[in-house]
Amino acid sequence: MTEVVAATFRQKTKKSKLIEEGVRCGIFLCALASVLTTFGIILVLAKEAIPFFREVSLVDFLFGTKWNALILPRSFGVLPLLMGTMLIVIGAGLIALPVGLASAIYLSEFASQRVRKTVKPVLEILAGIPTVVYGYFALTGITPILKSFNDEIPVFNALSASIVVAVMILPMVASLCDDALKAVPRSLRDGGYALGSTKTEVSLKIVVPAALSGIVASFVLAFSRAIGETMAVTLAAGGTPKMTLNPLESIQTMTAYIVQVATGDIEHGSISYHSLYAVGGLLFLITLAANLLSYKILKKYREEYE
Amino acid sequence: MTSSEHSSAPEFNSRLERRRAFSTIFKNSCAILSWLCIGVLGFLLVHIFSSGWEWISFDFIKNAPSRMPHKAGLFSALMGTIWIIVTTAAIAIPVGVSSALYLEEYAKKNRLNSFIEINISNLAGVPSIVYGILGLTLFVRFMKLGPSVLSGALTLSLLILPVIIIASREAIKAVPNSIRLSAFALGATQFQTVFHHVLPAAMPGIMTGVILALSRAIGETAPILMVGAVAYVSRAPHGIMDGFTALPIQIYNWAREAKVEFEGLAAGGIIVLLLVLFMMNSVAILIRNKTQKAQS
Repeated sequence: MTEVVAATFRQKTKKSKLIEEGVRCGIFLCALASVLTTFGIILVLAKEAIPFFREVSLVDFLFGTKWNALILPRSFGVLPLLMGTMLIVIGAGLIALPVGLASAIYLSEFASQRVRKTVKPVLEILAGIPTVVYGYFALTGITPILKSFNDEIPVFNALSASIVVAVMILPMVASLCDDALKAVPRSLRDGGYALGSTKTEVSLKIVVPAALSGIVASFVLAFSRAIGETMAVTLAAGGTPKMTLNPLESIQTMTAYIVQVATGDIEHGSISYHSLYAVGGLLFLITLAANLLSYKILKKYREEYE
Repeated sequence: MTSSEHSSAPEFNSRLERRRAFSTIFKNSCAILSWLCIGVLGFLLVHIFSSGWEWISFDFIKNAPSRMPHKAGLFSALMGTIWIIVTTAAIAIPVGVSSALYLEEYAKKNRLNSFIEINISNLAGVPSIVYGILGLTLFVRFMKLGPSVLSGALTLSLLILPVIIIASREAIKAVPNSIRLSAFALGATQFQTVFHHVLPAAMPGIMTGVILALSRAIGETAPILMVGAVAYVSRAPHGIMDGFTALPIQIYNWAREAKVEFEGLAAGGIIVLLLVLFMMNSVAILIRNKTQKAQS
């Protein structure tokens, strides 16, 4: 009797060991999917950009000041696209970073629990609205307002795109800064109050400096999001690559160019088609660098309390 | 000595007033800036509803896209979005939850696993259009799946995978260790412990994360536009290899049209899209609230 039980038990253990190993392998493969995605992205961008760089030198690509990819004579200097992107990013940053930080300070240092409970969900909703909606909003909501101030502003302009990109990255800045400020221990604030500081002095001179690594990291992440933002700028900023610092002009960003090529009827395999990968690769590298920088800032400069 | 003490007091007091005044001004300006966010959201919603509401009708839901604004509808786009999201869920949920289980329950601390972790957080920061390039090249052209529902769903799956993994890991982490220990104490294998005890306990948290990730996928325009918009499609898909159009694509196409009527149609499409998102988010919040009550 005991022999039989022991035998079935052994058999069962053997079977469960098999299941065990199978499952372990299976879910390990799933975890590898994300690694494969990264390699896939890098491989695709590199492989398809090679034909482009056979015809256009890297120096001409990076430092050329004329982007004329779709009509003859072709010219592939990426600076106008890069400048268009930066114009949007800087404009959005000028609005979103101060406002985001201010609302984070308000939410974490001043606001009552009740106010937090109203403002936080609104920020989450703003973060959840699809980008194409923001594009529509820029085109039909913000541009007419800008036009009412100055009628010479074109329908497609960098300013209204900047404004909606600011609205898009603001929730991220606010909620990440809020987390960083909240992580500052109470004892530091109490120390400030004990020395007779006002609430504002405690916030600005003690809490914000203590949370600075988190705040800067959130700024860098916002920068990276704004660079990669596509639909709003495609719809609102226009499609004319231009070296300009004037936000009231129509420009084209790197992302908008990628959409234009991928959705247009450009011959597959032509140099214009392959330029998509060169621009995409540059975009990928810039956002990757920004993300790694933000990660490094958090790792290196984080003040550990407790 | 005493005289200087006396003279410093009024000076201190006058500075105190200034400091307090500055404090109030600062507080109020921060408050105004925060409430400004609500104002922006309000303006956006009012703007969209005022221009799109009149277009919402039964015909708008059931008609196919058309060159004539009054006959145009978004039936095929709505069906396309449903097809894509269901396929995306079928791909991304098993893979994402399995990855999270591996990283939380099975992975030992070694370089490969910490590489996987860093890699996932990096992927979460890759712009969605780069996923579009990947999908267009790998799925549509290289694997010859064409501009199909499957290509779109695979692309979106890769896009939301990091979000699902990160959310699922949080939920799995929150399962108390005592559950694992008691399962092991009763002789359960790791497979039984993880799949019969840990996973069910983490399920509500995972569901919340998954729904939020899927609602992000519904609104994603750039990748799906790159994968699917090559072909102009005006009918609803009947299988995963069919071409498709989706709500965000339709909205984008309408928003680009010069005619004012299409502006209204785009707003109508946005209202439908926002309603879908609102419903999904409500489900997520319901699940979250229910489990919070059950746990407390």
